[in-house]
Amino acid sequence: MKHYIAENVGRRFMTLVQKMGAATLMLKSVVVWTFRVKPETREIVKQSVRIGVDSLAVTLLTSFFTGMVLALQMGHTSKYLFNEPLYIGTMVAFSLVKELAPVLTSIVVAGRVGAAVTAEIGTMKVTEQIDALYTLGTNPTRYLLIPRYAAFMITLPLLTVFADFTGIFGGFLVSNIKFNVPSSVYWNDIITFMEIKNFMHGFVKTFAFAFMIVTVSCYKGLTCEEGAEGVGKATTEAVVMSMVLVMVLDYFISAALVAIGLI
Amino acid sequence: MIEIKNVTKIYSGRKVLDNASISINDGEIFSVIGPSGCGKSTLLKSIVRLIKPEAGQILVDGRDIVHVDDEFELAKIRKDFGYLFQGGALFDSLTVMENVTFGLKYLTDIPRSEYPRIAREKLALVGLENAENVKPAELSGGMKKRAALARAIAAEPKYIFYDEPTTGLDPITSDMILGLISDMAAKLKITSIIVTHDIKLAFTISNRIAMLDKGNFEISGTPEELRKSSSPAFRKFTEDALSSDVAEKRNGLDLKHKKY
Repeated sequence: MKHYIAENVGRRFMTLVQKMGAATLMLKSVVVWTFRVKPETREIVKQSVRIGVDSLAVTLLTSFFTGMVLALQMGHTSKYLFNEPLYIGTMVAFSLVKELAPVLTSIVVAGRVGAAVTAEIGTMKVTEQIDALYTLGTNPTRYLLIPRYAAFMITLPLLTVFADFTGIFGGFLVSNIKFNVPSSVYWNDIITFMEIKNFMHGFVKTFAFAFMIVTVSCYKGLTCEEGAEGVGKATTEAVVMSMVLVMVLDYFISAALVAIGLI
Repeated sequence: MIEIKNVTKIYSGRKVLDNASISINDGEIFSVIGPSGCGKSTLLKSIVRLIKPEAGQILVDGRDIVHVDDEFELAKIRKDFGYLFQGGALFDSLTVMENVTFGLKYLTDIPRSEYPRIAREKLALVGLENAENVKPAELSGGMKKRAALARAIAAEPKYIFYDEPTTGLDPITSDMILGLISDMAAKLKITSIIVTHDIKLAFTISNRIAMLDKGNFEISGTPEELRKSSSPAFRKFTEDALSSDVAEKRNGLDLKHKKY
């Protein structure tokens, strides 16, 4: 029994090491080809539109309601504790800018676009379209991966900025309409306490999230098993892994940023 | 000329190609036949270096490509190759015209303004004049194969590889593809290498045929030479296909519905 467990653990560990090695080789290939050839500008624009523009509505909707519910909870808590709806703007803005907007936007993009990227690359693999790229003088790194890396790194931080503003505006509507907080008070609460470094704390994290989501999505697509079942399985794994890793990375990057004073 | 010398390819401990050797002359239509899983597609993908053999040499016009690992170098070598994949492998997100001209950017120095003219010319060659702006999903199986063939010949390669070109097609479309392969070879002076288990196709249009069995070439020669061959593996593989007596074959089967 012990022998069986040890063998099983050993096999799983070896598989994990092999996968990490393959993902590292994929990253190396992306770095090498980025400096070796001219970028596929049309593909980068196409992918940026797909990730950015097509995800904008759902991102804004998510952050708008998140801002509203934060204001609602903060208003009630504040009234319960101090008999006054105090510092709603400050709490909404800090929560959104530092944590909720980057994390929620990344989760929305991982679910919406990361899944699509894995499914598309996986389908291309099982229908020999990846092989076709080689026979037509290019390769998947140059034509598929680099444009997607560029598009994710450009659009996810931009989407997060839009999410920041939309969420704060949602919070303003609730604090103003439901708790009768004057607009000047709400905005002053934000401007007085919010600094550029607070904004940067959240903004910097989105680059790491974008890099991680696109790496997981592309890797899962390129290594998916044959057939429709293989593509479906790879897509599910990519989404789940991306979402979990967003949460895990969020803690460690936040801790590192706090340690260097970017609170 | 393509020379394959003692090529071995191993998958999961199984030798798919085992010391296989054969030569393909310039300008000929060369078919590789054999049962499913005998290593035909592996051989084709080894020649264009989509996969790397464990041992042996593949000489393309005298240059050994097995040990070339740099993707830039391989891309230069592949300029001479056109490849028709079994399912077409057209890019779903692009139109037929974009598919046909896709390789021109990477394989040639032709200016972009010339692309539409080249696409129309190649699509006319395969009889797809009005499909330029259609997406692959809207095409039938035969049309997909023809569009993929137009893409394979767009950069005017020296060698063209056909992986099961008639699989999954009805007899009329199969004959059309067969005619196209023959036309391409004659009009464009392309060396054609066909991998197929369609014996009729191989014996109809090939200058030479080789049979791959258990990872090695069992026999090779002109269709006439092969018809006279006494190789048991070859006879077993081809006797039904070369026999026109379908009724005889049918009588030999235990078909439950036969009495109806």
